[in-house]
Parts: sequence; C-alpha cells; structure tokens
Amino acid sequence: MKVLVTVKRVIDYNVKVRVKADGSDVDLNNVKMAMNPFCEIAVEEAIRLKESGTATEVIAVSVGPKACQEQLRTALALGADRAIHIESEAQLESLNVAKLLAKVIEQEQPGVVILGKQAIDTDNNQTGQMLSALTGMAQGTFASKIDIQGDKAVVIREVDGGLQTIELAMPIIATTDLRLNEPRYASLPNIMKAKRKPLEVKTPEELGVSIKAHTKLLSVGAPAERKAGIKVASVAELVDKLKNEAKVI
Amino acid sequence: MDLSLSQEQQLIQQMAAKFARTELEPLAQKLDHSGDRSAFLANLKKLAELGFMGLNIDAQYQGTEAGSVAFSLAITEIARACAATAVTMSVTNMVGEVIQSVASNAQKQQYLPKLCSGEYAAGAFCLTESSAGSDPANMKTSAVLEGENWILNGAKQFISSAEYAGVFVVWAVTDTSMAKGKGISCFLVEQGTAGMSIGKAEQKMGQKASVTNEVLFDQCRIPQDALMGELNQGFKIAVTELAGGRIGIGSLALGIALAAMDYARNYTLERKQFGQVIAKFQGLQWMMADAYTELEAARLLLMSAADKKQRGLAFSKEASMAKLYASEKANQACYTALQLLGGYGYISEYPLERYARDVRITSIYEGSSEIQRVIISRELLKEVS
Ligand SMILES: Cc1cc2nc3c(=O)[nH]c(=O)nc-3n(C[C@H](O)[C@H](O)[C@H](O)COP(=O)(O)OP(=O)(O)OC[C@H]3O[C@@H](n4cnc5c(N)ncnc54)[C@H](O)[C@@H]3O)c2cc1C
Repeated sequence: MKVLVTVKRVIDYNVKVRVKADGSDVDLNNVKMAMNPFCEIAVEEAIRLKESGTATEVIAVSVGPKACQEQLRTALALGADRAIHIESEAQLESLNVAKLLAKVIEQEQPGVVILGKQAIDTDNNQTGQMLSALTGMAQGTFASKIDIQGDKAVVIREVDGGLQTIELAMPIIATTDLRLNEPRYASLPNIMKAKRKPLEVKTPEELGVSIKAHTKLLSVGAPAERKAGIKVASVAELVDKLKNEAKVI
Repeated sequence: MDLSLSQEQQLIQQMAAKFARTELEPLAQKLDHSGDRSAFLANLKKLAELGFMGLNIDAQYQGTEAGSVAFSLAITEIARACAATAVTMSVTNMVGEVIQSVASNAQKQQYLPKLCSGEYAAGAFCLTESSAGSDPANMKTSAVLEGENWILNGAKQFISSAEYAGVFVVWAVTDTSMAKGKGISCFLVEQGTAGMSIGKAEQKMGQKASVTNEVLFDQCRIPQDALMGELNQGFKIAVTELAGGRIGIGSLALGIALAAMDYARNYTLERKQFGQVIAKFQGLQWMMADAYTELEAARLLLMSAADKKQRGLAFSKEASMAKLYASEKANQACYTALQLLGGYGYISEYPLERYARDVRITSIYEGSSEIQRVIISRELLKEVS
C-alpha cells in the first residue's frame, strides 16, 4: 500500500509575521520558510505506517513555487521514498490544490492520503475535506490516532467535546491534529542520502488542471495592538467591570 | 562565483537550528547556573545519533560525510543555543578528523564508529600542558617504549570533556634528542586506562556545562599500536588538525554573537525610554549596523576557509584569519548586545551576561588571537621571502 503525504511550504512558525507596507499581502522577503508543522506530523505518520509494515511506499507531494523542493527534500530526509513537486507560481487556493492532488491520487492510487488539518499561513482547514469530496474517499479529519485494519481504518478525531472514534472504508484521507505524533528530526546522514531519492516535477497543465481564482485578496492588515490592561482593587470591582464595561457576564 | 549553500547544507543548518531551539535552548541557562550532567550528556547522545559528531567523517565509519562547510554551519546553530554543547561537538569532530586523517585502518575501525554514533559521549584532544600552552612544542609529557608497551608520564592541562570522553588523543615526547617540536608523537588512549587519572574540574567563567580537567599520566601503559600516525611526526599532526578545529571555534563564536545580537535587536524594538522605543536612537542603530556587518564578514571568512578545506586546498592561514576575526568580533558583539540591554544585560535572568562569559574563551583556546596573528604573519612573510 502506498501512502501519499502532502507538504506545504509556509513561513517558519518562529518568525514574527510582517505585513507589506501597501497592505497587499504578508511580506515574504527575506523571511525564513519551513514545512507546515501539521504537514510534519503527516510525514511522521506516513513514515510510521511504513516502519510498522502497513505501508510499502511513502510519496510526498507539494504544490507551489520551485522553492517547495526544499520542503520535499526535508520529507525525503525524514524517510519519504520519493517526491512529486507540482510547480506553480500562482496564488493557489485550497480548491485548486485539492484538484491537483486528486489527479495525483488518480495516478498513484494510494491507500492512505495524509494532510495537515490546516496550514499555519492561511489557516483554511479545507483542502483535505475538498479532496475527499473530489475523490469520493472517506475522510477522517483532525486525527489524533490512525489505525489501519485491512480494508477499514479506525480514526480517532479531536472534536470540541473530546474525542470521536470513527470507522472508515479504505482508501482514506486523513488530516492531522497536533497530538497525532511527535515528529522526529531528520538525521544528517539521511539528509545527505535524500539528494539521491527521486523528485519528479509536474505542472498543473500536465495534470490537466487549470488554476482558477475563486476569491480575491483585498487587503491584509496586522492584528490590532493589544492595549495595556488595568489593575482592579477588589473582586467586586472586577465583577462590576466585567458586567457593566466589558459586558461579558 | 556562487556563495549560496547547497540544499544539503541548508537542510543541515535548518535541522541544527531546530534541534538547538527545541532541545538545547530551554536547558542552556540551567546548565550554566547549576549544571545537569545527565541532561547535558543526553543531548550529546541525541546529537551523535543525528549525525552531528562525525560531520566530516566518511560514511563507512558511520560519519555524515557532509563536509567542512556543513560542520561550520552546524556548530554556529548549536552555539546560538548552548556554547558548552557546541564546544564539545567541535572538539569531538576534530578528534574524529585527526583519527580519520592519520590513524591506521584498525584504529579508524576501532574508534570512529564509537565517536560518530555516540557510544562515546565525546572525544578529547590532549595537547596543552602547564608549561606548554601557546608553545605546545615545549611539552614535557613523555612516552617511552618498553617491550610491547608505551609508558606515558606527565600531565595535560585544561582538557575539555576529560571526565566523559571515550578516547583521548594524547601528544607526548618520544625522542628527547631531537630538536624542539620534532620528537613528538601522537597516541590514542582509552578512558579508564590504568595509570591515567582525571584531575578535578576547573571552575570557569563560562561554558560551564563542558567540563575542563587536568589529565595525569603516571606510568600509564598503553599498547605499542596505540601510536597514531608516524613516530616523531606528532607535532605536525597537531598543527594541521588545529587549523580545522579553528574553523569550529570561529563558527562557535559567531553563533554566540548572533544569538546575543538577535536578542538585543528584538529588545530595542520593545524597550521604551524618552517616550520612544530605543531602536529609534541613531547611536544604537549604528552599534547594531557595525556589529552585524562584522559578524557577516566573520561568517564569510569562516565559509571561505571551510570551503577551501573541503576542496582539499591549503587553508591554514584562512582558518587562522577566520578564527581571529570571528572570535574578536564576536567578543565585541556580545558586549555591544549587552550594552543595548542596559542594566538588564547584566542580570542573569537575561541571557546576555551568559553569552558574554561564554564567548570570552573563543579568542583564547585552540590558539589565542595573538598566536593566530603569529601564524598569519608567518604565512604572509613566507609567501614573499
Ligand atoms: C575552557 C578551556 C578549554 C580548553 N580545552 C583544551 C583542550 O581540550 N585541549 C587542549 O589541548 N587545550 C585546551 N585548552 C588550552 C588552551 O588551548 C590554552 O589555554 C591556550 O592555547 C593558551 O595557552 P595558555 O593558557 O598556556 O596561555 P599562554 O600561552 O601562557 O599565553 C598567555 C598570553 O601570552 C600570549 N602569548 C603567548 N605566546 C605569544 C607569542 N609568541 N606572541 C604574542 N603573544 C603570545 C597569549 O596570547 C596570551 O595572551 C583549553 C583551555 C580552556 C581555558
């Protein structure tokens, strides 16, 4: 069984995000980029499926500009067997990405597809769900446990009220939540070996997908600066302020 | 000319940065204040398992075979978080490299996999003595062949990692009749060998988690084949291998200074005095501009020396220039960074005073700045005379 795992290049989570002066977008100039942390969890899960003998091959795929190959190399260094880069300089929306991934699924026929539940840049949380709709594959989103049992999979999902356990018919699409696993570090010898693993580049045209813009980005602004708080003298004053000023109770 | 890093070098740098941030940074202050030997050793082990202890060692000996540029990049990233860890890593890599370049096949098989895999917590480099610091050729430790054994006698001073190193590269005089610096040979001695003892740990200004001890040899008997490299050629080995180590120490200094300046830069955007953030004061802006410019120049010198080394070119002058410049400018940058924090820079709750203490030794060990200038000028004059 093949596992397909998706990898997105995003701003490193440690970087303080800046907005461009003209408010057109986030400033990516000279900014450190990294693999989306939820994708790291996805890659780790895929590798564990291979290590446990459940999967035979792990394929990492990324959609975006040429620089995405850096994140694909990271996935290869972590243990993926080969990589597919779908090169596009366009502003991609989730639906375009899902359509491209659906084509890759058609070609590769994986038993399990693992995505991050969201990317920390745009926080859309929809590519996995869209991919499920496009392919007709069952979905287990916000997974904190994925257990493949032959022709079915048991996924434990993190939902608002706690944990939900669902059973899915294979093949499946899963999206990762934070507690699914703790990603490993790529060892340096594996980083050196990663350059010899295959990385295939495809274009949206080759996959027969035309990139369409469904939304238009109007402006990007920095969050309002948090104002300094005040000190209250007593609990009574606090309750009074919560009731009458903040009007939250 | 292309000054960009290869994809592997970038990935190694990123990995080192990530490891440093997650595993080392949270522990660095504690290691400095109260120490925690087991946590320190656990991190060394993790670093070895990830391939950081044999960056420039061939894969057949379980090394990473990533080259000197990757070594420099990795040391800088590790040093940003914990200088004590970085120096252990630098010296251990250097010990591995000496073994790889001059040892016999059997010695390589015996020791390199243990150093690279973390079976040995560290390697030790025993050159300095109480009367042989900048002038190591003046060493008194002796090795005399008695039947099938070498008998070592003497004392080595300031040996990094002596308490937990698995193997020691030891220099000793093997022929007293030869001219100074000629009759010295190099030996491999295992931890726990009878006749070798580790003196008490020195109390230090910085890099406290890394232990520094005297190593004493009293009728220490080692097998004849513990000799590494050619008899009486040991001093040349020391001189050659220290050049590589200097790239490590320069890179380490750079890492500490970048951590200090990055901390201070962020601080100037938050701290307000006279009704504005202090980053608005031009006097401070210029301090920052100068420090970052000098650190960038240091980085380029280090990269150039490392690149020469990994391409097999002569690099000793360049390594000395890089170590001299990087360690001096890093010392200044740490003091500049501390100044930018004002009184808070002097307080232990902030990392600046630790950076300033940790960086201080970088212009002293593996050849002081004065000795680097001796080496550089000697090379320069040799070129024209
Ligand atoms: C924390 C720590 C860890 C160390 N780890 C190791 C280790 O693992 N292995 C090891 O072998 N050694 C180690 N050392 C030793 C270190 O390399 C020496 O301290 C260093 O080489 C300087 O020698 P010294 O201390 O004897 O100073 P000295 O040689 O006595 O120098 C005193 C001063 O005189 C200057 N000077 C000396 N000669 C000249 C000259 N010709 N021209 C101009 N100025 C000169 C020096 O620059 C210095 O300023 C370590 C030292 C420390 C403090």
